[in-house]
Amino acid sequence: MPENQLSDDELTQKILHIVADTQRRDIATVTAESSFEELNIDSMDAVNIVFAVENEFNINVPDEEMRTLKTVRDVIDGVRRLISAQAS
Amino acid sequence: MNHPNANRVAVTGLGVICAIGSGREAFAAALREGRSGVAPLWLARAGELRFANAAQVRDFNAEDHFSAKDADMLDRFAQLAVVAAREALAQAGIGLTEELRERAAIVTGSCIGGQTAEDAGFVELYEQGRPRVHPMTIPKTMANAGASAISQDLGITGPAFTISTACASSAHAIGQAFHMVRSGQAPMAIAGGSEAPFSFGILKAWEAMRVVSPTLCRPFSRDRNGMILGEGAAMLLLEPLDAARARGAQPLAEIVGFGMSSDAHHITQPSAEGAAKAIRAALRDAALTPDQIGYINAHGTGTLANDSTEARALGFVFGDQAHGDKPGGRRPAVSSTKAMHGHTLGAAGAIEAAATIIGLQNGFLPPTIHFTEADPECELDVVTNSARVVSVDYAVSNSFAFGGLNAVLAFARAI
Repeated sequence: MPENQLSDDELTQKILHIVADTQRRDIATVTAESSFEELNIDSMDAVNIVFAVENEFNINVPDEEMRTLKTVRDVIDGVRRLISAQAS
Repeated sequence: MNHPNANRVAVTGLGVICAIGSGREAFAAALREGRSGVAPLWLARAGELRFANAAQVRDFNAEDHFSAKDADMLDRFAQLAVVAAREALAQAGIGLTEELRERAAIVTGSCIGGQTAEDAGFVELYEQGRPRVHPMTIPKTMANAGASAISQDLGITGPAFTISTACASSAHAIGQAFHMVRSGQAPMAIAGGSEAPFSFGILKAWEAMRVVSPTLCRPFSRDRNGMILGEGAAMLLLEPLDAARARGAQPLAEIVGFGMSSDAHHITQPSAEGAAKAIRAALRDAALTPDQIGYINAHGTGTLANDSTEARALGFVFGDQAHGDKPGGRRPAVSSTKAMHGHTLGAAGAIEAAATIIGLQNGFLPPTIHFTEADPECELDVVTNSARVVSVDYAVSNSFAFGGLNAVLAFARAI
């Protein structure tokens, strides 16, 4: 299925897995509402997450956008926005 | 002075090649005028990067300096090292006696060595499917290729080695050479660093870290958005002040202190405490107090994290002086010359040491160009956009590396 047809739930699940995998955390400890601070994600960790997200969804995340990310929800919303921008 | 039996150490020669000047004179003029060396990146596939600009040396042609065969044996970073070392030696006007050749030290810094040569070899292997890599790939890539090439070129057979501490490499190299000359271990040293990081693979790796500006490097400005990568080399010729005077040489400056620290904190995030420790160590080594420092050549990369952290470190060390509100206190002026010559990684400490020395010697403080507006997080007396004409007696140059390794050099105006 092309990325632009991912359901919201599928997209969320993929991103939760990316955060858990890159941070070597149990997926059960990561929710869409987790903040980077709670997950102990620093700026370099965030760069690693975005790298994995770019590869997974075949998108490019601009530097300015990258700097605004503070929560897992920010990542989900940003990815959805970039995927729909790409599709349109 | 902390070291009663030690030599005072003079810098009597400088060699510089970078985006704002091929040669010391051109470099000094560019610093004085606040000229930018930043231009559209000159590289195949430049359009596939998120950043468009770089501080490259555009007028360097290896065959102006080396036979075609010798040029083939050296990566660009080692060629730049040799050219800068020759210029430093020529300015010092020192005759290389048999004893000097045997005992003089060569200490160079490089972050990535000749990775552009390695990258080219691996492109042939992986991408073009060739079955073999060029036999000079290993000797061209090794980080000590610059030190080895200087040794061969000048016929110097004393201790020679290379220090690789990322963006502090050549500050560590100069500091080490300074201690060797001060202690009498070496009667002369050529010390500095060189870097030539412009290959597509290396630039892609920098892009991935998201620390390179898509526009310009604006250290300490509120709207700063990253560094600009640069290339180049600088070499200093160090000798005991007494020896320089005895042969009638004119010192350009003295190196009076060197301090180091490690953050033990994070692989890329800087630490104000770690940086402050290195600055304090340099002042202690020089037996100077903070209020004696008139100018700070900052690490000032133009990234969000570096500049605010460095400002905090300066606040820790210079206290009220840094904020100019102590009665009778002197606020040290601060600038980052990286806005002009780019972040030259392993060469940065040496190029910035050269900028500091030229400023001390000629009575001006080089500017932080491309400055827009002050950042409340960087409350400093920044020398913005044009050089400040003022004579200062003591200056420090900061270098803070990824990996949390810090090196700070302290200089005195030659009198």
